[in-house]
Amino acid sequence: MGFSWVRVGAIVRKELRDYRRNRFVVVTMSFLPLVFIVAPVTQLFTIKLSMTSARFDDRIGLALLFMLILPAIIPSVLSAYSVVGEREQGTLEPVLTTPIHPEEFLVGKALAALLPTLAVTYVIFGVFLGAIAAFAHPAVASAIFERNHLLVQLLFTPLVAGWSIWTGIAISTRTSDVRAAQQLTVLASLPPVGAVALMNFDVITPSLGLALGLAGGPLLIDAMAWRVVAALFDRERLVTGARG
Amino acid sequence: MTSEPDGSHGRPSHDGAKPDSALVVEHLTKRFAERVAYEDVSFDVGYGEVFGFLGPNGAGKTTTVRTLGTLVAPTSGSATIVGIPLSAESGPAIRARISIMPESPGLYLRLTVAENLECFARLYELRDVRGRIDRVLQAVNLTERASDVCGALSKGLRQRVALARALLSDPEVLFLDEPTSGLDPVATRDVHGLLDALRARGVTIVLTTHRLEEAERLCHRVAILNTTLRLVGRPDELRAQLFSRNLEVRTRTQLDEPGRVFDGLAHVEGWEQSPTGSYVLNVTDPDAAAPGIARALVAANADILSVAESHHSLEDVYLEVVDEDVEAKR
Repeated sequence: MGFSWVRVGAIVRKELRDYRRNRFVVVTMSFLPLVFIVAPVTQLFTIKLSMTSARFDDRIGLALLFMLILPAIIPSVLSAYSVVGEREQGTLEPVLTTPIHPEEFLVGKALAALLPTLAVTYVIFGVFLGAIAAFAHPAVASAIFERNHLLVQLLFTPLVAGWSIWTGIAISTRTSDVRAAQQLTVLASLPPVGAVALMNFDVITPSLGLALGLAGGPLLIDAMAWRVVAALFDRERLVTGARG
Repeated sequence: MTSEPDGSHGRPSHDGAKPDSALVVEHLTKRFAERVAYEDVSFDVGYGEVFGFLGPNGAGKTTTVRTLGTLVAPTSGSATIVGIPLSAESGPAIRARISIMPESPGLYLRLTVAENLECFARLYELRDVRGRIDRVLQAVNLTERASDVCGALSKGLRQRVALARALLSDPEVLFLDEPTSGLDPVATRDVHGLLDALRARGVTIVLTTHRLEEAERLCHRVAILNTTLRLVGRPDELRAQLFSRNLEVRTRTQLDEPGRVFDGLAHVEGWEQSPTGSYVLNVTDPDAAAPGIARALVAANADILSVAESHHSLEDVYLEVVDEDVEAKR
């Protein structure tokens, strides 16, 4: 029995339905991003053009960094909950009694976290760009709309989200407590944000080549992660809490 | 899945397995580090049979079911499930042809009954998902509740949804782990009714339970597991195996000299007076012994109220075996 996208789809559909009816998830998905848009927009609207060029760049970088924290933070709660949460609720065992492969289960969980994360992050980024274009000083808008900045945001959003999701699922697969999984996942989501921060603060000068080069690492990790996490997925330990 | 939800299945044969056996378990052992979950367990279950697994808490019943359901790997021994040898590689193929209803229903409480079933129908890659769902909901009398969110259902109804979920794929073997655990008598009766219907349809069922009357009522054969398999057989076989057959004699007044009445009677091996005042006679054959006993009582001028065979329940068998184990451990 090979890899089945029908089974992956069943997990994705179930997860999305579950998110929609979970007030905690809805609040995390809708209000947290609002917090992340208010801070950078406020910063950029209050920028004084008299400040030094270095400080100006820092403010621009900080504002854009907020946009890249979103894809790291939004899915961390979902992915941290994905396996250990089901285990705590007693819903994992019935799923594991079906013909589903660990890879299918995990890819389904990852996609279910990735799709809303991308949707929310890109929408928020669009709103952010719209607000800047409409209300910010032209110099600020010009800095924000610089090609390299946009490229970093668009390219790294799915990569940061992918890192965060797979790290979260890996932690969720190996821990026995939802809270511990969520805390560890938030911490583990930060390294890629750090790398992006260096670019946004112009510590590393972003260029197309550098961005693609830096993206290659997370891309490779994201692509390999499902196999690594599947290897960590110990059906017996998850069901019994013990290893044979 | 190619079989139809009418319960009709092919009877696969496999090298080394009995062709008419849905399950063949040979010397299966599971250890978690130093702890033995179960040891050297061997039994087989025929197609269409309802097989009961009895045993105290921690006896290894659930772990045995999880092993046969490919959720837990055995430490040693072998098993063949619906003709497929148990191994890590054969897990998905076996799970496609069996179904396990765990003790806890494990439903997605924010999803409706139909949505829960739809998810599992797709995990089994079933065709005609809607039709399947309708049929299993009808089978468990839940058609009217299809749109209800599972979190709003009573424990008994959730158990019924879990049973519907287990039936979705039309399994060749259905494992039910304590299906009536924690249910009130009405919900228990409902679940028993459903299991009766499945039994009548010829579905192979492996039932683990603490409720001995449930096992006695529903199961063709039972196994008593207490880490090792202590007994396997039909309830009446187990009774005969463990207990001598008895006739209970009740008289209006106590006999003056019961020894003179009962000693030496044909087919009577011994007797004793019970605390209630009746006389319990060990007999080799109740039908052959009863007329002679009645004649002896009449000859002794006894006022006979009844002469009847006293039955040992499955509970008596169970307690006898478990008590033996407790004694052995002391």
